[in-house]
Amino acid sequence: MNRGVAITGMGIISAIGNNVEENFHALTNSGKGISKTGNIDTVHKDEIMFGEIKKSNDDLASELGLPQNHNFTRTALLGAYAAKQAVADAGISDINQYKTGLINSTSVGGMDTTEKHYYEYFEDPETVKFIAAHDGGDVSQKITEIIGLEGFVTTISTACSSAANAIMLGARMIKAGKLDRVIVGGTDGLAKFTINGFKTLMILTDTYNTPFDNDRKGLNLGEAAAFLVLESDEIVEKEGKKVLARVTGYANANDAFHQTASSENGEGAFLAMQKAFKVADLDPTQIDYINVHGTATPNNDLSEGRAVARIYEGNDVPDFSSTKAFTGHTLAAAAAIEAVYSVLAIRNGVVFPNLNFKTKMSEIDLVPQTELKYKNINHVLSNSFGFGGNCSTVIFSKN
Amino acid sequence: MAKTYINGIGCVSAQATTNGFPSEFTVDENANFLEIVKPEYKDYFSPIASRRMAKGVKNGIVASTLAMKEAGIENPDAIITGTGMGCIEDSDKFLKAIIDNNEQFLTPTSFIQSTHNTVASTIAINLGCKSYNFTYVNGAVSFESALMDAKLQFDADEVASVLVGGVDEMTDYTKSLFKLAGFIKPDASGPHDILKPETKATIFSEGATFFVLSDEKSDMTYAELVDVETVNKIAVDAVAQKAIAFLKANNLTQHDIDAVVLGFNGDVEFDEYYKNVSREFAFTPQVYYKHVSGEYNTASGFGLYVGANILKNQEIPHALKVNDVEKPSYHKILLYNQYRGIDHSFVLISV
Repeated sequence: MNRGVAITGMGIISAIGNNVEENFHALTNSGKGISKTGNIDTVHKDEIMFGEIKKSNDDLASELGLPQNHNFTRTALLGAYAAKQAVADAGISDINQYKTGLINSTSVGGMDTTEKHYYEYFEDPETVKFIAAHDGGDVSQKITEIIGLEGFVTTISTACSSAANAIMLGARMIKAGKLDRVIVGGTDGLAKFTINGFKTLMILTDTYNTPFDNDRKGLNLGEAAAFLVLESDEIVEKEGKKVLARVTGYANANDAFHQTASSENGEGAFLAMQKAFKVADLDPTQIDYINVHGTATPNNDLSEGRAVARIYEGNDVPDFSSTKAFTGHTLAAAAAIEAVYSVLAIRNGVVFPNLNFKTKMSEIDLVPQTELKYKNINHVLSNSFGFGGNCSTVIFSKN
Repeated sequence: MAKTYINGIGCVSAQATTNGFPSEFTVDENANFLEIVKPEYKDYFSPIASRRMAKGVKNGIVASTLAMKEAGIENPDAIITGTGMGCIEDSDKFLKAIIDNNEQFLTPTSFIQSTHNTVASTIAINLGCKSYNFTYVNGAVSFESALMDAKLQFDADEVASVLVGGVDEMTDYTKSLFKLAGFIKPDASGPHDILKPETKATIFSEGATFFVLSDEKSDMTYAELVDVETVNKIAVDAVAQKAIAFLKANNLTQHDIDAVVLGFNGDVEFDEYYKNVSREFAFTPQVYYKHVSGEYNTASGFGLYVGANILKNQEIPHALKVNDVEKPSYHKILLYNQYRGIDHSFVLISV
């Protein structure tokens, strides 16, 4: 096995909690975060439910100590909130002490404010400050302002696999010695833009999402942000840091099939998992838990299921579950929150349940873990797939 | 550790760049937005496909096709793009439809195509390329992030060829917002001398520049990509030292550099960054390009296109010279760029 890169801190905000402990409590107590929206003024609010974070933008801004005239978008507020926790959790007092970077990811960026002010910009001078806050790079810049980072900063946007790719790049940069320490993750706020986008694609359920169920009707859109702190072994040794878990495997592959649909046999997903095992130097049978992408859309779950079945041909498929029934699909942030959940699974020896599952898919013989299950977990595989055929796998291992 | 060579380039820009490096450049000092020289899209797309695709996607496909053709590769080991603003033509379209129709009667096409990685994934689908596919969206270092990622993979001997590109498009509405926010100089406020600005904001444009990077030298090789570094924030009086430190990390001093390519964009508010680097390299030939390419988040890709061609042709085009300093030959070029005082990048190429 590859020694991997140390994870020394985590931060998260999602529909099931404002920090790591609250998220863990919800995951182990079937605490779904799916609800009607209280923050978004959409005409669809009575028809669909969301993985919404109940804190308002004003709540988040005041907790971050921002001045009244700030121009943080919701995506930036959530990102800064989670990144700040991660930095504190890693016990970092001087962020620029080592060669430190931020690799953020987002798909909507500042769209949540752009859609509010789109036509107002020319009438209300107060709103003009948000024009500069639209792009993904601004979200990351805002996070660096909160955590005080000056150094390598970039942002990845590969739709719903974005944060997995941020984790991957971070691990590669630490391994290559380009950075000593890097904060990796992603953030996406709910926006009418994505709500309506996914609605036109007809992949939103009108009830609670049911991953891997034969009668699944689609996803609940969610919002979240989460970050991990990755550090070089030199820092870990020098400072006697506690290592939460390690990133041992990762890979990205492209389905090269369709902009929004996965190929029937999940070719991209299969290639990503296969390459990740190679990087980790692990055999698929060594995986104790798979946190599947499992968005609960008919297309994703079948395609992913087939890819998983293909990887485990001739072997038992390990315990697997999708945590999206808890959080909704949080787009670019999905792989970041699920990275936190993967680390929690390893540290607490627990497989989180795949809620809302009733009937096995007719096409494949795969049944997710539906009850909370305690057991020793050495390796977790986490999948994330995005538009454009973007398929990513990250493997987390016990230190 | 493999070396990284630039073996093919494709560029769609405000200049006539689709048929090789231009011998002459068009300069319009009165414009605040430079329109691109439209490629012959019909050579690349059917009329139906052409109508469906946004400008940025088309330009990205044209530029990447040219780069791969020049380098003689058909299926790269990675496709990595950078875009500051992403596919704003389609996101504007979808957002307007949401607002104007009160979230009713929407169709998914523009939503699908508004995703930031549309260019990279469309190229992958067209090529049937199942390899690594990343898109970076970090303002003025979007392109350099892609370049850095590619370099990391060559350094680790993981790839033999990588397609890297920067692409940004502009829409009328975003243009009007950028004027309102003070990012684009006001209409009819020219002429603008990029090197001696008196006003804030810049002249804008759009474009796509793609590169094929390879681990082997070929007859087509422009230059070796030696190093790439980006920093989100630097104090204005520390930027020249940062450039020197970047060279030092590559065992070089400023005397080893035969030319510097600077991203001067005519914004008096942040011009001091470029001036400080320019002063540090007073005895080195200096090159600028945004008076011919315009500013956009991935315009520095055009800068690398210029730098690579200087090394290949051993000549600095007259229209791009900042000073009169000349060298008998050009071996090492340093590129520096920033936008609005953040997202600084240093790139080193050599022959």
